[in-house]
Amino acid sequence: MREVVRFLQNGRVVELADVRPTETVLDYLRLRRGLVGTKEGCGEGDCGACTVAVGRLVEGRLVYQPVNSCIQFLGMLDGAELVTVEDLAEDGQLHPVQQAMVDHHGSQCGFCTPGFVMSLFTLYHAPEKPATRKTVTDWLAGNLCRCTGYRPIVDAALEACFTEIDDAFSRRADESIAALQAMEQDTRDVFITQEEGGFFAAPASLDALAELAERHPQATLVAGATDVGLWVTKQLRQLPQVIWLGRVRDLDRIEDTPGGVLMGAGTTFAAAHPYMARIDPDLGELWRRIGSRQVRASGTVCGNIANGSPIGDSPPALIALGATIELRRGEDSRTLPLEAFFIDYGKQDREPGEIVTGLYVPRLDPNHAFRCFKISKRFDQDISSVLCALRVTLADGTITEARLAYGGMAATPKRAEIAELALIGARPDRPSTWAAALKALADDFAPISDMRASDAYRKEVARALLAKALVEIGGTPDERTRVSGLRSGEVIHAA
Amino acid sequence: MQRESGEKALGAAALASVGQSLPHDSAIRHVSGSAVYVDDIREPAGTLHVVPGWARDATRGRILSLDLDPVRAHPGVVAVLGPSDVPGKNDVSPALGDEPMFAEEEILFWGQPLFAVVATTREAARHAARKARIEVEDLPPLLTVEDALAADETVLPDYQFRKGSPETGLATAGHLMEGSLRIGGQEHFYLEGQVSLAVPGEDGDMFVHTSSQHPSETQHIIARVLAVPDAAVTVEVRRMGGGFGGKESQANHWAAIAAIAARATGRPCKLRLDRDDDMIMTGKRHDFRVDWKLGHDAEGLLRVVDMRLFARCGYSADLSLGVVDRSMFHADSSYYYPDAMIHSRRLKTHTCSNTAFRGFGGPQGMLAAERMMDALAIRLGVDPLDLRKRNFYREGRDVTPYGMKVEEHATLHAIVEELEESSDYRLRRDEIAAFNASSPILKKGLALTPVKFGISFTLKHLNQAGALVHLYTDGSIHLNHGGTEMGQGLFQKVAQIVAEEFGVTLDKVKITATHTGKVPNTGPTAASSGTDLNGMAAKIGAETIRGRLVAFAAERYQVAPDAISFAGNRVQLGERSMTLGELAREAHLARIQLSAAGFYATPNITWDRPSASGRPFFYFAYGAACSEVTVDTMTGEMRVDRVDILHDVGHSLNPAIDIGQIEGGFVQGMGWLTTEELVWDDRGRLRTHAPSTYKIPTASDVPEDFRVALYASAGNPSPTVYRSKAVGEPPVMLAISVFSAIHDALANLNPGAIPDLDAPATPEAILHAVLSMKRSRAG
Repeated sequence: MREVVRFLQNGRVVELADVRPTETVLDYLRLRRGLVGTKEGCGEGDCGACTVAVGRLVEGRLVYQPVNSCIQFLGMLDGAELVTVEDLAEDGQLHPVQQAMVDHHGSQCGFCTPGFVMSLFTLYHAPEKPATRKTVTDWLAGNLCRCTGYRPIVDAALEACFTEIDDAFSRRADESIAALQAMEQDTRDVFITQEEGGFFAAPASLDALAELAERHPQATLVAGATDVGLWVTKQLRQLPQVIWLGRVRDLDRIEDTPGGVLMGAGTTFAAAHPYMARIDPDLGELWRRIGSRQVRASGTVCGNIANGSPIGDSPPALIALGATIELRRGEDSRTLPLEAFFIDYGKQDREPGEIVTGLYVPRLDPNHAFRCFKISKRFDQDISSVLCALRVTLADGTITEARLAYGGMAATPKRAEIAELALIGARPDRPSTWAAALKALADDFAPISDMRASDAYRKEVARALLAKALVEIGGTPDERTRVSGLRSGEVIHAA
Repeated sequence: MQRESGEKALGAAALASVGQSLPHDSAIRHVSGSAVYVDDIREPAGTLHVVPGWARDATRGRILSLDLDPVRAHPGVVAVLGPSDVPGKNDVSPALGDEPMFAEEEILFWGQPLFAVVATTREAARHAARKARIEVEDLPPLLTVEDALAADETVLPDYQFRKGSPETGLATAGHLMEGSLRIGGQEHFYLEGQVSLAVPGEDGDMFVHTSSQHPSETQHIIARVLAVPDAAVTVEVRRMGGGFGGKESQANHWAAIAAIAARATGRPCKLRLDRDDDMIMTGKRHDFRVDWKLGHDAEGLLRVVDMRLFARCGYSADLSLGVVDRSMFHADSSYYYPDAMIHSRRLKTHTCSNTAFRGFGGPQGMLAAERMMDALAIRLGVDPLDLRKRNFYREGRDVTPYGMKVEEHATLHAIVEELEESSDYRLRRDEIAAFNASSPILKKGLALTPVKFGISFTLKHLNQAGALVHLYTDGSIHLNHGGTEMGQGLFQKVAQIVAEEFGVTLDKVKITATHTGKVPNTGPTAASSGTDLNGMAAKIGAETIRGRLVAFAAERYQVAPDAISFAGNRVQLGERSMTLGELAREAHLARIQLSAAGFYATPNITWDRPSASGRPFFYFAYGAACSEVTVDTMTGEMRVDRVDILHDVGHSLNPAIDIGQIEGGFVQGMGWLTTEELVWDDRGRLRTHAPSTYKIPTASDVPEDFRVALYASAGNPSPTVYRSKAVGEPPVMLAISVFSAIHDALANLNPGAIPDLDAPATPEAILHAVLSMKRSRAG
């Protein structure tokens, strides 16, 4: 047992014994350390003003990810390197990304700027990225600027982030890696006791995690905190007992198997992205549009499932693909189809003390066709008003099986069972054969109106998306049917 | 995206600092994280934190009981303050006395503060604030324009412009047309939320650091609530993390609460609103319904316009007088209305009090005018650009509905013609027609729309500014003026002006925080006027000192005054040369005053509101934008493909900063008209009170092909500072081209029918218009 949290900053190991379970990295920096370069814009991980860089070892390499420090708990820095805007300049010389921001007039009010600088720092350090505006705008989707209109920031990124990596961090990378490895070798479980039974725990093994979760069924399990963070900063909920999954290496695994992709519950959206894109380009694009770079770097796929949010954007697509999840309580494991996990609004098939440990996403067979569409007010970093995912099995151009799932149409991600039945026997290249399926959606769903869309729009667009999927599967090229997210990329089919 | 250099727009005069694309004065501090905002100021020992409390279940109702004991009992709470703790007047309104600091008897909107918690930490105060037990007797709230119209409730009297005889016009025009448009509001979403730090001094004095565009008003309101003279209150603003009008009047409330907390506890008190509270409690851009009627001739020349502007003002007047007046001043956009009736109503609703937002009503008025043009073009089957140009102000057709003559119409014509050419408008019009003919699902649209924006506060007394300039004996210069820096680059531009006057490099000019003790009784930094006013005041102050130096040196060294020049950090005195510092030292020893206050009042403006006559604007700023969009007619999704902008800033003081204002303003305007939707539920609760639900543009929403250029101006015909033009607000309205382009794309679905598209054009709004077009075709 270890009773401190340790992380690397400026080449030195910071060791903290007084870590409150839900104290945020942002509050730690600003209130405890007086490091006020990092700003609070929204307190919910949507504006990126508080972005810091967090470096971790990935297969022996030091990888920097942008992280929203306003919703990241301090204890989650354990074993990582923390970089803030104050750390970049070297002997009064600006870092290349900072200098480019000055040269391109990339700041006006300057309040979002430290967050942009840190996102650009992580882009600067990212390996193998195409030097395109698209790369940059995707990387910056989680950083809002209200002044500049972004053009100068994107220009600064294009100038500074696609050159040879040469800064203080790359020059001392070997030392940093050694320091991180040394911390990683300390495999003791972290447990920081608080008053009145509270604690922050970071178990280092799956067994320890399962045991801890069973012993403290009321504790809050946290993976990326991209949702739980808001329970604290916005709902002001007290979470006295926090168990962080981030040190459980067994949960980080993700692998391609002949039939699909298998991932542990610690797999972030960012880590899963290339795997998902190889299942289908639409799935890759959906992943790209989930949250922002910051959210995907911290948030986990299984966390998105486990918290049962009706607006989780990944579940409908995973349901259409026939994904299954694995749960564990103490020594007992079980597997169930993802759609069965979602029982009702805010209610999932998860017992107290039980944890989601993994997810399996089957690949498409060659006789499958898949489409997935996300409708939101803003393309990037928004939550869907309607999400539609369709997988059909085709024989000679006729649908023999259909899995059609929607988000935003009911209290949970849900299959359109009546429409699925109506699709059997239809031919995507003949619209008249699927008119009944479009009509059937009215019997599958009775959506509500909220701030994202009205019920009428949801119904209309649910039909339109099914029609669009079928039109495309029927042969119309997607540049004739879409204003964004054109399909491209290599796909691996099930062996 | 591409960008053309703005350098060509510079005048011929050889200037060392003015006209240079120098970086923002704080650029290096911005990127280093060392620029200090109010929340970053090292807190004095013992600083307490303040959080306003409100009734989370009440929109409008009588307060039956307010039990604050559970709040007081929360650990860390030092004080809980309510109406009876206000030493002076319980009012934080800018003018009319209709905005209590804490609601006393009746709650008038969801989010209205009832009390404030003062605690040792912000976290403790936030938790405690939710513990109040509040009983409210609900009263039915007025929420919409229609609710307020039905109840006939307003915050201010109706107002109108009449030109000619609109009744006769409507009776005699050959052709009539009418329509109605709903225009959504807009949340400012400044990245730095509202924040103030009040530090009590001796003898009842109060020093307040705040994020306010209007430090003088903040000072006066703090004095009012504390019941002390204005002179006892000092307000300082170094910089804001964005303002956009949202900190013109809306910063006052929080500064005032912090001040009474500091008074009550005798300790420094800081209030920084949580983002959700900020979005719920503070005012936004006014949403409008505009009903219009027009008469025209067979060629599409307007004969008469009757426009009714219904503004949803919220629960109090705030700045709605000026905002809605400005929507009326811009209800003509760039078009000549021979006869006109421009009528406005300032409707009262039980929602947050709408306020200033970049453009200040102008965008709403202009959007309605452009909708009329788009609708009429469809009716006549002509290209909307041709119809626009036909109706432009021109010689002999140059008097606005409020009686002011538009003198500089040639600039408008030149900009539109140049942009029409450079954007390949005609060619692309044909290409788009061909695309649409063969594309059943995706439809493209194109629009080129003009901007003509009146520069000056329409409240005449605000058109004045002061500056304070000191020259020290080492040659360094202390610069202060009444304008505030919110990111727009005002401080840098004014510093460039002062550097020019003294012939020094920018590093000699120390920019200092706006401070009510240095320059008093200022207007807000608003109405795009910051540089016009403060730049001129600072220039006058610098000229005064320079004049004294010249007079002194001419006598001391026996050279003619016109043989004395200031350049390159040196002063040339005939054959002799010395540094500015050397001259300053000599002048000081000779007891010459090296400090001066500059003062400027805009000339040539008159406006008599009761008779609706005069010349409210010193000049107009012009621009034009051409936007191309693609609309998905199945889902309502939309992509902006390309935008070309040509904008007039006169002689640019700093082309890089001006381009930044143009691009930033355009993108902000595009957000207002596309993704940014404010949703209140049927109980009047704002449902989009965080960036998770309220979507301002991100980097990927900016068109890949984005071409922005400064118009090669011969200089502002009006005598502004270095013949520059204001640039803060006008570019917002360039984004109307995006909205018009969407309208144009939708028009393809049923030739001759007018798309029923309201703003913002969210996917849902677009799909609504698609379906109504299809229905009208079927029916």
